[in-house]
Amino acid sequence: MSVNLTLLLVMGVLYACGIYLILERSLTRVLLGLVLLANATNLLILATGGYAGLAPLFSKGTDSGDYNDPLPQALILTSIVISFAVTAFMLGIIYRTWALARQDDIQDDAEDRRVAKTPSFDAEDDAEVPQETSEFPLAAVAAGHVPGDPEATGEPPLNDDEGGGPQ
Amino acid sequence: MNAASLAPLAVVLPILGAALTFALNRNPVAQRMVSIGLLALTLLLEFWLLAAVWTTGTSSVTLGGWLPPFGVVMVVDQFSSLMLVVSSVVSLAVLVYATGQGMADGDQEAPVSIFHPTYLILVAGVSNAFLTGDLFNLYVGFEILLTASYVLMTLGGTGPRIRAGVTYVVVSVVSSVLFLIAIAMIYGATGTITMADLAVKLAELDPSTRNLLHVMLLVAFGIKAAVFPLSFWLPDSYPTAPAPVTAVFAGLLTKVGVYAMVRTETLLFPGDTLNTPLMVVALLTMVVGILGALAQSDIKRLLSFTLVSHIGYMVFGLAMSSVTGLAAAVFYVAHHITVQTSLFLVTGLIERRGGSSSMDRLGGLAKLSPMLALLFFVPAMNLAGIPPFSGFLGKVGLLQAGMELGTPLAITLVVGGVLTSLLTLLAIARVWNRAFWRKPDDAEYPDPVLKDTTAVGLLPRTMVGSTAALVVFGVALTVFAGPLFQLAGNSAEQMLDRTAYIHSVLGEDATVPGIAAPGGANQGSSPGGAHSGPSLQGGAK
Repeated sequence: MSVNLTLLLVMGVLYACGIYLILERSLTRVLLGLVLLANATNLLILATGGYAGLAPLFSKGTDSGDYNDPLPQALILTSIVISFAVTAFMLGIIYRTWALARQDDIQDDAEDRRVAKTPSFDAEDDAEVPQETSEFPLAAVAAGHVPGDPEATGEPPLNDDEGGGPQ
Repeated sequence: MNAASLAPLAVVLPILGAALTFALNRNPVAQRMVSIGLLALTLLLEFWLLAAVWTTGTSSVTLGGWLPPFGVVMVVDQFSSLMLVVSSVVSLAVLVYATGQGMADGDQEAPVSIFHPTYLILVAGVSNAFLTGDLFNLYVGFEILLTASYVLMTLGGTGPRIRAGVTYVVVSVVSSVLFLIAIAMIYGATGTITMADLAVKLAELDPSTRNLLHVMLLVAFGIKAAVFPLSFWLPDSYPTAPAPVTAVFAGLLTKVGVYAMVRTETLLFPGDTLNTPLMVVALLTMVVGILGALAQSDIKRLLSFTLVSHIGYMVFGLAMSSVTGLAAAVFYVAHHITVQTSLFLVTGLIERRGGSSSMDRLGGLAKLSPMLALLFFVPAMNLAGIPPFSGFLGKVGLLQAGMELGTPLAITLVVGGVLTSLLTLLAIARVWNRAFWRKPDDAEYPDPVLKDTTAVGLLPRTMVGSTAALVVFGVALTVFAGPLFQLAGNSAEQMLDRTAYIHSVLGEDATVPGIAAPGGANQGSSPGGAHSGPSLQGGAK
């Protein structure tokens, strides 16, 4: 199997431009990049069919090697239809982005930014654990600890946590 | 007539339903009846397929009158029929849930008339991907489900959904292009795209070419399955979609990617050439994913990260390439589809009852809505792998496979798996503590809906019922874990053996090439019957 050099070069250029374009932040350029990538891939599939030959319609007395390989073309047809649908959908999305936000750029995920900015300190998880964790102060006395004044602190450590934790 | 001759109906019925519901878009009641009825019919058909394959073995059907190496074939074996059944159960439950939500919401935010046809096309695409025995048809199946998912993801066209949709569409299209490039190269190298034929012809290729093709396919499927370095699109795009949509995406779409990876690894490129990188990737997926989950305060985002993390378990089982590992992976896929979907459905209910899915705004749900707490608690413990549940059984199978292999990397994976399981428990426990257990007043910014005790009607019976049904199905996977593990073991054996698959497509006299690695010795074994559990040692080492 041998292939057409021009087609290969065109394919390479399409891939290069396509990859460059999908790295952009502008949605329209991303769409153009996707279109180029899809078309470059179609050329690649075409190249796997080998040299161009006769149309694959059976006629008597033609050697089987003279026909073109029909399968890659069937595959390309399918992939063209699919990329057509996706392109149409992307155009719809781009239009909607423009209608909603009056801009063509890809936007950051707000929740993602927020989580990234969250300090590693978590008020609930990292608060200091109070010394007295027993709900039975008498047991603590027996064990030799000085009990915290239950009247002063009011309720068990859970509430302490909230009052004492950094706000 | 063999079992597979009815298999195309699993794809045709949902597409027919899509056409009908599209025509009926003025009549929501008829639309609901048609879509639920047809999906239930599909489910029955798939149960029948599973039973038929269980008794008679793998079978295939050629479409359009072209014989196997040229035309498209559909192959039904135990793995694909199990996937079909589980995916249809899940999609039916989600459909019922979604109709309940649509009826309750009065169709304000989402144009529900378009929901039914799109959803059925998604189901058709998933079934097609599970059934096909042709690499290009697999691509078409992926595209069907992806195109439907683009529409579902951006349903309603609100700002956040469009933003998430852009990421999702671009990443999916790029992965599809990669897959198409891989197909073109495989066709150029071998001259065929029928998977059974490829299994024979790829073995004759030069090893370096074969590895290149192998890696290209794995990268393409890795993006779809959200395996670690390729997983960042998922937590970014899933949480914004409507609750039932996120649920069905989380359950099915990534698992189709995992399914494709399993087929690639077992049927097309058997042997252990890429097992080491796969193990490393599995470890990173598990650990990085769950660490991401711990940082989140939004339940949907947290669940998206656990989804990524638990994909790692499936890759773990796959990378063992032994019967034990693969059987555990198959079991884990079935378990995870169910559990992850039910968790996302419950989150949808939480959002309705509590007004938000952010843990900073929730509290006291256990008291406000005990039913909801129960529905969350069971699948959550199942996900974390607490003993009686199927998540525990699947993980034990994986750990067993890892210990059997016994290499340092496999042991590291076992440790990583246990650690991930514990961290999942931690993440889930934080959701439980903050959203369910503490007092509503303790929430940082309590949502006004939360303490509104008149809001009991916020949870329609259809939604709660379908969620409960799915939770019960998850528990049933635990109760019937024995037969299910046997099924998983059988399918793992068949997949590693390959004889049944190749013979059913190419005819009984096709030669099954040995495994490329030295000492591939499963040439003559019988096309797996239903006789043994996962205890049988692997043939592909």
